[in-house]
Amino acid sequence: MTPGLNEPHASRPAADEACLEPVRRGIDPLVFEQSRPGHRGLDLPPAGVPEAPLPRLLPGVALRAQPPRLPELSEPEVVRHYTRLSHLNHSVDLGIYPLGSCTMKHNPKLNDELAALPGFAELHPYQEEDEVQGMLRLMWELEQALCEITGMLRVSLQPSAGAHGELVGILMIRAFHRRNGDAQRDTILVPDSAHGTNLASATLGGYKIVELPSSDRGLIDVTRLRQSLNERTAGLMLTNPNTLGLFEEDICRITSLVHQAGGLVYYDGANLNAILGRCRPGDMGLDVVHLNLHKTFSTPHGGGGPGAGPVAVGPALEPFLPLPLVQQRAGAFRLDDDRPLSIGRVKGFYGNIAVAVRAYAYILRMGGEGLRQASGDAVLNANYLRTRLHHLYHVPFDRTCMHEFVAAALKQKARGVLARDIAKRVLDFGMHAPTVYFPLIVPEALMIEPTESESLESLDAFVEVMRRVDAESIEAPEVVREAPHSTPVRRPDETRAARRPVLRWEPDIA
Amino acid sequence: MNAYLPHSDQDRAQMLAAVGATSVDDLFAALPESLRVAGLALPPGLTEAETRDHLQLLADENKLWGHSSFVGAGFYRHHVPAAVRAMIGRSEFATSYTPYQAEVSQGTLAHIFEFQTAVCELTGLDVANASLWDGPSAAAEAAFLALRATGRDRIALSGALHPETNQVISTYAAGPGFSITPLPVDETSGQTPPPLSGPPSDTGVVVLQQPNFFGVVEDTAAWAKAAHQAGALLVVVQNPVTLGVLEAPGVLGADIAVGDVQPLGNGLNFGGPSAGYMACRGSLLRQLPGRLVGRTVDAEGRTCYTLTLQAREQHIRRAKATSNICSNQALNALAATVYLALLGPVGLRELGSLCLQRAHALQERLEALPGVTAAFSGPFFHEFTLRLPFPANEFRRRLREQGVDPGIPLGRWFLEKDRELLVAVTEVNSPTGLDRYVEAAGRALTEGVAA
Repeated sequence: MTPGLNEPHASRPAADEACLEPVRRGIDPLVFEQSRPGHRGLDLPPAGVPEAPLPRLLPGVALRAQPPRLPELSEPEVVRHYTRLSHLNHSVDLGIYPLGSCTMKHNPKLNDELAALPGFAELHPYQEEDEVQGMLRLMWELEQALCEITGMLRVSLQPSAGAHGELVGILMIRAFHRRNGDAQRDTILVPDSAHGTNLASATLGGYKIVELPSSDRGLIDVTRLRQSLNERTAGLMLTNPNTLGLFEEDICRITSLVHQAGGLVYYDGANLNAILGRCRPGDMGLDVVHLNLHKTFSTPHGGGGPGAGPVAVGPALEPFLPLPLVQQRAGAFRLDDDRPLSIGRVKGFYGNIAVAVRAYAYILRMGGEGLRQASGDAVLNANYLRTRLHHLYHVPFDRTCMHEFVAAALKQKARGVLARDIAKRVLDFGMHAPTVYFPLIVPEALMIEPTESESLESLDAFVEVMRRVDAESIEAPEVVREAPHSTPVRRPDETRAARRPVLRWEPDIA
Repeated sequence: MNAYLPHSDQDRAQMLAAVGATSVDDLFAALPESLRVAGLALPPGLTEAETRDHLQLLADENKLWGHSSFVGAGFYRHHVPAAVRAMIGRSEFATSYTPYQAEVSQGTLAHIFEFQTAVCELTGLDVANASLWDGPSAAAEAAFLALRATGRDRIALSGALHPETNQVISTYAAGPGFSITPLPVDETSGQTPPPLSGPPSDTGVVVLQQPNFFGVVEDTAAWAKAAHQAGALLVVVQNPVTLGVLEAPGVLGADIAVGDVQPLGNGLNFGGPSAGYMACRGSLLRQLPGRLVGRTVDAEGRTCYTLTLQAREQHIRRAKATSNICSNQALNALAATVYLALLGPVGLRELGSLCLQRAHALQERLEALPGVTAAFSGPFFHEFTLRLPFPANEFRRRLREQGVDPGIPLGRWFLEKDRELLVAVTEVNSPTGLDRYVEAAGRALTEGVAA
């Protein structure tokens, strides 16, 4: 222990002082601020082998001079700290989470239990294939189920998240055109309602972007699409239903136009929950699809990961799938690395397998009919909320929606209350806010996706809160503008955070 | 009836009436007739008990080595403390989304801020992000960051990178068409020696792994000097579990450090999920990909945390973002943070030293067996490469029959290295386990001589 490190921190009150202070809302001091020299939360065994001094084994310059200033705490201190922090979060297990585009559905508890079975959780990725047949079978069967759900031919489980799947799709489209001697195709078309990741992924894949304006019905404008297609077009990225929660009714014409122009069509599966068991991207003519197992297939979001973004393809892109693929022969499974046209790898090993196990368990539990019922309930819930709220909140494309709809807080804005304020006020009632300011083409957007997991009572309670916030925008707009009032902290000073970034703890910052 | 779907038929009827539809199918009228399917060709749903039985059967088909495995090569078998599992299992952490609404996400934001701090402390660098997808993809993102910063388009890759890291960087580089220069490995030491003339002059970044794929400790400081002389940045891909013992890459001159936090409290899970970490010099902050959490105050002046500097990110910058990444791997990063909090600085050093001492003890005893030599003379940490008198695949087969998984044959990636075996030792490999390995190896080698 180097002197001077991990000394008691001045911000922590002395014991007698702490006892006298009333309990305050707010955040537990950081784990670094609670550090006390000599505390330790994990025991290690003695080496039990003859030991040589480190400088005999490693060059002196390679040895650490100053230890990292990690915190020193016992197990009870660590457990209390993180348990206290956990109490500051809203979560799906606590209440409605109608965050549009994010599909915050219930995360079944069974899934976590199954992913933790030692027969899955304790497998090393480089065990011999004959020792992991059950694991490979699960990956194979999950792939078969995802093929059936999407109407596609093969699936790679490798991508870690939706955006990662998008990059894989784009790199496969690029490899396809190069293989066909079509390297001049350097443009990807993206609707102006698209997720930001679509553009960022296409750019990362080396493409130029052309944005397509939406029609006055909130859909892809087929005439504009036709005008934008040419010999430079590598492909089109879309999501269906789109981010307005509307089904692209001309989808078959759209895919066939892009194909006629020599391009391929990418399906962002963020909104797949709307169409489970109702229609399939493969039947729409899509060439590549990514799925968000953490949205559609009920795996936990983890506060921002881990998710999983498997990619499904049709025949055109099958040779280009990432390495490796699971193959089956005579009832035995193996990982196939011998695929000369593959784009290669995008992460280590085979994918976020513990997430895949959860998704597999969910699909088994739901069955084909259950998945169809899930999309039906998701769409019913969204339309129920739309119908109950559209008198109070402007809905720019006010017709039957799919799993989500987008309102615009225009009436409320006229009263001096913005979408942002409404979102913050909703938090005061123990609910999560809708997505705000997305899609970009709707001003003051409130994007609402209840998912199939919400009961009628839960939906009615949300409607009641939205009614009350609207009423407050007339009667007491400052209450909404200054919200939230009852959360663990109130609005953070974002400007200060960005202008004078403090991105880590230092002994002297607090 | 489905336990995950709350509505009764009565609820549905009431809601359909409110919506003005006669059936749920009516709500799908926008779907063209030709696209509609009546259902999916999937089996009927199972009960919870049936689902459990089905997955248990699949799990039982897999072989568990427990502490008799010496396989590493990127993912390592360390003990995962029960407190880590309990904390990442808390549903307030597990079932929340990316912390967009800071007021109800302080738990997630605070632990990410702690993670960023821990990564800065481990690496000796100024800023760290909230995590990336995994180690190899973090290495690719780091190489891209360095090329943005230097305005160049050539990546130099150590030949002693994990082959999968090498492949991931190559896959990413194909998009923008960046060039790749391989840096040869010295076959005696197992290190990547800096070329006397430095890397090619248009190189924007050199990527080095520490310890490298063969287990050998590289000379980070020499590479930092060589890279900087050529006007390039140095990326070090480092196993974080070594950083209680090995010098911080930032102190040795690396500009960016990345790696995978799997060894810190994350299980194996057949290769995922884990999280990648990334830290860099402060001057590179605006080029950093991924989420960043900053400390600020709320409307009442209280300390709080929020996502910040989002102008780098895809949801604001869209096509001009520093990366397409949108999530991080928050729960895996949390596992690492809780693990480090339990271990502390002394524990991390002791853990590193324990793995290293046992690895050296095992290597010495194996090297004393007939026909076995160390493949490389360079210093190593807790993983080493053996050269065997016959193919390593056969050696592995013979040891597996005796209840030991002795390591991973390098012929999997390098055809000419078919007699070489990569052996990893951690704190779960007990002294008795090392004895069993040596005895089994002795028998396997005798068998080899007889045949």
